[in-house]
Amino acid sequence: MIKPVMLWTDALVFLLLAVITFFVWTVYRHEHLAAPWRKVGHSASGMAALVVLSCFVLIGFLDTLHYRVSIPGKDGKTTYAVEVLSALDAMVGPLRTQKEKTYSAPLATHLFAKETLQGADGREIREFPRLRYGGAGLKDVRRDHVPDVLQRAALGLGAGLLLWMLPVAWVCRRVARRSKSGLRAAFLSIARRETQVPWHAILLAIGAVCIVASPMAALASQYHVFGTDKVGQDVLYLALKSIRPGLIIGTLTTLVMLPFALALGIMAGYFRGWVDDVIQYLYTTLHSIPGVLLIAAAVLMMQVYVENHGSLFPTTVERADFRLLFLCLILGVTSWTSLCRLLRGESLKLREMEYIQAAHAFGVSHARIMIRHILPNVMHIVLIAVVMDFSGLVLAEAVLSYIGIGVDPSMNSFGSMINSARLEMAREPMVWWSLAAAFSFMLVLVLAANLFGDAVRDALDPRVSTRKAVPAAPAKAAA
Amino acid sequence: MTSYLIRRAVYGFFILVLVNLLTFALFFFVNSPDDMARAQLGAKRVTADAITKWKQERGYDKPLILNTNSSGAGVVTNTIFFDKSVKLFVFDFGRSDQGRDIGYDIGTRMWASLAIALPVFVVGLLVTVTFALLMTLFRATYVDFWGVVICVAMMSISSLFYIIGGQFVIGKLWSLVPISGYDEGFSAFKFLILPMVIGVLGGIGASTRWYRTIFLEEISKDYVRTARSKGLPELRVLFRHVLQNAMIPILTGVVVVIPTLFLGSLIMESFFSIPGLGSYTIDAIQSQDFAIVRAMVFLGSVLYITGLILTDISYTLADPRVRFE
Repeated sequence: MIKPVMLWTDALVFLLLAVITFFVWTVYRHEHLAAPWRKVGHSASGMAALVVLSCFVLIGFLDTLHYRVSIPGKDGKTTYAVEVLSALDAMVGPLRTQKEKTYSAPLATHLFAKETLQGADGREIREFPRLRYGGAGLKDVRRDHVPDVLQRAALGLGAGLLLWMLPVAWVCRRVARRSKSGLRAAFLSIARRETQVPWHAILLAIGAVCIVASPMAALASQYHVFGTDKVGQDVLYLALKSIRPGLIIGTLTTLVMLPFALALGIMAGYFRGWVDDVIQYLYTTLHSIPGVLLIAAAVLMMQVYVENHGSLFPTTVERADFRLLFLCLILGVTSWTSLCRLLRGESLKLREMEYIQAAHAFGVSHARIMIRHILPNVMHIVLIAVVMDFSGLVLAEAVLSYIGIGVDPSMNSFGSMINSARLEMAREPMVWWSLAAAFSFMLVLVLAANLFGDAVRDALDPRVSTRKAVPAAPAKAAA
Repeated sequence: MTSYLIRRAVYGFFILVLVNLLTFALFFFVNSPDDMARAQLGAKRVTADAITKWKQERGYDKPLILNTNSSGAGVVTNTIFFDKSVKLFVFDFGRSDQGRDIGYDIGTRMWASLAIALPVFVVGLLVTVTFALLMTLFRATYVDFWGVVICVAMMSISSLFYIIGGQFVIGKLWSLVPISGYDEGFSAFKFLILPMVIGVLGGIGASTRWYRTIFLEEISKDYVRTARSKGLPELRVLFRHVLQNAMIPILTGVVVVIPTLFLGSLIMESFFSIPGLGSYTIDAIQSQDFAIVRAMVFLGSVLYITGLILTDISYTLADPRVRFE
């Protein structure tokens, strides 16, 4: 039996999902809203990035479904374990539980450092101890290690390629049906990049994900793909767990700041006069405090508060979660000002438009004008800001955690991985794999976010779209 | 112009007042001085005497805003608010919670920060503007395309990796320069090369792309076509005409940063153990020294507002058409 646990950030993630669903539904029903998004759908780099991003989002979402496992009590009553797990923990099972003693290199079968062991004849010898789980199934380690790794990798690769065939076949059939041509012709048109939707890029991105993830999964059942860290935890597991805090900070920060930025920005631009003065004064003040220092001050104060009110946060998970949420809030406070300024400028422009004057003449109330007539017309600015801010926030999380004002030390994050890697790099011989894992995961995530952000901006920003010459669509466009 | 600047300065002063009030509320209302004493002295097994003593030594034992026990001006001046917040306006930062003079520390440490931040700023600006202009020169070719790709890739890498990677490759693998450390005077040079290279490298991606969009916007304007039709070589058109006309958007982003260079970079200085204000702040954060963090917040805002005013002045220097009423 399990008992679902809803943390504060989980609840907000579900709220965010609801908002996104509502937004997608609205866009879907209105042709003029859907048109720019179709343009995003036609950007090859944007769609490839979206494929990669959705993999990260899926992992992050699985890590958001928290629960506690029941422990059968003695007198028939069930109690629940203190430890809060997530669906991701359940899925990767052995990665979480198979802990070694200390450092071990990627795919290794032995520990990284020599230890004094008791030999078979009772004498003490200095040797690399065998890992508890890494390559545990091997009979003769010396002989079987490399062939076993290669075999598993090859099997994983094969499975990945097979898996890739599924979406390829599905897309071919879809394209064939739309253009009423044969499967072969459909495949060729995709390969020649002739389809309007960049299926080649999407399929290549899916292929890349399959080819990387599948061998990794095949190897992970037997080895530590990215090695283990100081306390013997699997680095791949740590990297997977780090995705959620990064995503949460990247998205929830915008979610919490959005209402303020929208309301104040539109009001400042629409009412002008003293309302504008007050709001400008407010955001200039907040903007003039260097962000890192404001965050540092607020996090320090929060730490003191949590220390003195320990009873409010019974478990470490709840405390870590509160801290994450607080970090989103304070990051939001420091970052809403620029969006607010943009919105003010746009509202200043919009309020002079004829249709607003017409609304005035009809006696529409201020609130209604702002909500019905101005808000929809500044939405593109909001969307661009949201998407463009995401990657910066993920990067900021790492830096803040490194300084010690980021996520709770008990929570895995890219920043804490890098932080510990700093000491590992100074070791001789060097422990490089935690850093490599954090680096590659972060690079892929942020790069995908940047590319997708660019695609969204190109499609939604009216200034960009008029400046850029749109290449003529190929005559034989199939999809 | 002068009256405009005075008005801006007065506005800046009012912003500082609000900054001051906000930080005061953040540091003294969220947690009472008692709470902070308890957090500083550690754990819950602190006696009331120890707390009183801690507060007394640091001057936190007065009333927050109004001292009803005092008479005359003392009602207002003999308070924490006056001691710890109002005095910031005359740059009297007081003592840190460890008992050191913050004003003196800032005065001595800001030069080390400047020694690293200023070269990074100047070299970085020159390099990125040049790169951006070259990419504009080769616009709509493979050079431009791959330049943008490299820029996006570079801005997707966390600054922490640039530092760790640079320390590893240049410092450890090639042993060209010391990995970290600092020295007084000219011997500091060898310690500053590595942070400088890394600082410039880390900033290239985002800035080059940003300048490139600015230049691309300029390049389609009429005066550029005129310059070309006069027969000027493209390089001259770019580096003289376009650069000069793109000055306003560049200055907007650049000048405001100059005063804050004094604050240094938090992570750079902590990685390279440079005794500047950045590492000072980090140490303060890690030892939970509230007085220093409060002083730095105020100082940062002062410098930022100075930067805003300097930006306005620079506009008039760069573009004679700009007039302030």
